[in-house]
Amino acid sequence: MSDALLSINGLTVALPDGADREYAVEDLSYEVHPGEILCVVGESGSGKSMAANTVMGLLPRGVRPVAGEVWFCEHNLLELDERQHRALRGKDIGMIFQEPMTALNPLMRVGDQIAEVFEAHRALNNRAERQARALELLTEVGIPQPERAIRAYPFELSGGQRQRVMIAMALALEPQLLIADEPTTALDVTTQAQILELIRDLQHRRQMAVMFITHDFGVVAEIATRVCVMRHGKVVELGSRDEVLDNPRHPYTRDLLEAIPSDAAPPQRKALPPSPLLEVSHLNRVFRSRGGLFKPAREVRALQDVSFTLSRGETIGIVGESGSGKSTLGRCIVRLERPDSGEIILDGVPLSALSGDVLRLERHRVQMVFQDPYASLNPRTRVGMAIAQGPIANGTPRAQALAMADELLATVGLEGTADRFPHEFSGGQRQRIGIARALALKPELIVADEAVSALDVSIQAQMLELLEDLKQRFSLSLLFITHDLRVAAQICDRIIVMQKGRIVEQGYAQDVFVDPQQDYTRQLLDAIPGRRHDHHHEATAIT
Amino acid sequence: MSFFARFARNRGALFGLIILWVIIGMAILAPIVFPESPWRMVQRPFLPPFAVDGMWLGTDTMGRNVAAGLMHGAWVSLLIGLISTSVALLIGVPLGAIAGYYGGWLDDALMRFTEFFQTIPNFALAIVLVAVMQPSVTSIVLAIALVSWPPVARLVRAEFMSLRHREYVEAARLIGQTNTQIILRQILPNTLSPIIVLASLMVATAILLESSLSFLGLGDPNAMSWGYMIGAARTVIRQAWWLSFIPGVAILLTVLALNLVGEGLDDALNPKLARERH
Repeated sequence: MSDALLSINGLTVALPDGADREYAVEDLSYEVHPGEILCVVGESGSGKSMAANTVMGLLPRGVRPVAGEVWFCEHNLLELDERQHRALRGKDIGMIFQEPMTALNPLMRVGDQIAEVFEAHRALNNRAERQARALELLTEVGIPQPERAIRAYPFELSGGQRQRVMIAMALALEPQLLIADEPTTALDVTTQAQILELIRDLQHRRQMAVMFITHDFGVVAEIATRVCVMRHGKVVELGSRDEVLDNPRHPYTRDLLEAIPSDAAPPQRKALPPSPLLEVSHLNRVFRSRGGLFKPAREVRALQDVSFTLSRGETIGIVGESGSGKSTLGRCIVRLERPDSGEIILDGVPLSALSGDVLRLERHRVQMVFQDPYASLNPRTRVGMAIAQGPIANGTPRAQALAMADELLATVGLEGTADRFPHEFSGGQRQRIGIARALALKPELIVADEAVSALDVSIQAQMLELLEDLKQRFSLSLLFITHDLRVAAQICDRIIVMQKGRIVEQGYAQDVFVDPQQDYTRQLLDAIPGRRHDHHHEATAIT
Repeated sequence: MSFFARFARNRGALFGLIILWVIIGMAILAPIVFPESPWRMVQRPFLPPFAVDGMWLGTDTMGRNVAAGLMHGAWVSLLIGLISTSVALLIGVPLGAIAGYYGGWLDDALMRFTEFFQTIPNFALAIVLVAVMQPSVTSIVLAIALVSWPPVARLVRAEFMSLRHREYVEAARLIGQTNTQIILRQILPNTLSPIIVLASLMVATAILLESSLSFLGLGDPNAMSWGYMIGAARTVIRQAWWLSFIPGVAILLTVLALNLVGEGLDDALNPKLARERH
């Protein structure tokens, strides 16, 4: 079509020698038309961000386009020099990034940062005028109390507010094309829903073209006009939202769609015989930051009077947004954190009261799977040894522990890899090693703290399956901490919803899903991206 | 890629390693090539280099063979550099590790103790220590070690503080490893690369410190060292500049070699970092 605003034809971008594949993207072609939102979806390593970086002229060193053309308005972007490219950036093409904290200058007031955009492009020469326009923009992106926000430093704003500032900056010169690279990935679901709403609204009002890069099909369902699915640097499917989501033609798209945790109500699980394994009662934890000369001391109540019971063989999901205290709860239960008051009793052992060597010898009863598969393994320890270290520390002879580690690696599907170092594994594989390490001590309870959040959806689904399977085989109980209600619904018997350090709702997964009792739970459910799309379809199916 | 292959990718480091081997070779071969004491007067004083056969580097103010002094001095300089650095590491690493790992009052106490040493200028303290203990190789090594451990303790403490909250350290605590095991097996291996780099620089500093002490006449009177040679030649620098110049170049090359090797080790120990840089 000739009316495309941005049109990419046969773009091939080469990676430097020694990378795991030759081209970041290969023979890539798509167009973005005015007034539409094109979602580019793919898992990590699919090259979905590469095209956007090419358009912006922000390719990393060593990575260069070798074929194809990128037309924006009348310019072939690949032939522009740095100065011409800079003139387009910001003015005609705006961009927002994933991490709103690192994308803003921490030492500059928000208003000045927006004003800087005008300065850089020599628009609005008068300071007062620039500030007035910045205020207008902040109002437009819906920041509460824009008069105050304009004088705030980035750290004084929440993640969602910072992302709004980023959007205001991107929109400052009224670009024709907005590129959004995973702009909501680092945000809570409710905040994500608001930001998506804002982007859709602004796009509609200004009739901009938006290129939205994401890994989340829920977000796609929420916002896209057209969808482009990418894998290993190639486009596998391109079409309108409804075509791609409802009638995926390519098997990969189908796999991806199937891997998404469904938000249909979970099946009723059979009730377990009540035999309490873990009893948590009246747990409190307050974090205090020492005040400085100019700042008052701050108190954060991370846990307030938290009580619940976990039965043997049960899986409980603890769900909440960041700052809800869910991670602190997990850390208290494995005793990486000491509760201020309250009791944690595991199978008769009062974990909360122990310390020193007595605690060390009881630690094998409850193990943890950590969130970040890249940080949770010692980069200098071979993985077999990493798994064997636990049993060795608890008195198993070295040779026997290493043999056991081999077996456990086989159990999690990584046979014969004991001699490798962590960096030789992918994120999902590392998380399997983390699970094997936790299993090595034959624990009664495993606490999984956001254990699948850092993984791609297809891997996420495999991990959940593995956890479920291991739970049966080793007769484990699970405490599953997550921000994602869909994931929790998939594997949990019961769900505990936390907000600001308190338990606001707990019940069987199905009940919480179908008939939430609290407003907060309802908000969380409504904020799950993609729900509206599904509902819409259910509704049409009924009529 | 093997460790050496990664090391060898840094050309400078390879060059440094070659120089270092030459100097070590000099130190080892000294008693064979010059079996006589380097203090013996063998020829007319003030012979310029290559003036007389068998005296390629000439003789000094007292008629001693400069080449013999240089080779025997290599032994003393390297010995002092390596031993004093090892002693400094033996003091600094455990201290910094304990302070950084446990934190709290222990950290406060250990750091105040460290500051006590840091507030006194290095060289002044070394002079006092050597003067009090009588100049000898042992007292010089000890003095240099005592003035150079605080930066090690600081570095190790900072590394431990940033690493002790890593998830893999928490995981180690969860699987029931003792504090000692966590310090030795989990954290220490991950602090090795900065420690090794610092150590290579410390060997260089120690050689310079020894030279300075010898220059001031506080060297071991029985051990020929490069610093002594420069110190003894300083009064005649206008008549016989080469007497200070030759050992000076030797010190320069040794320090340069150690720095280059240290940098190469850093690259080799941080494969990811090295890949980004090149």
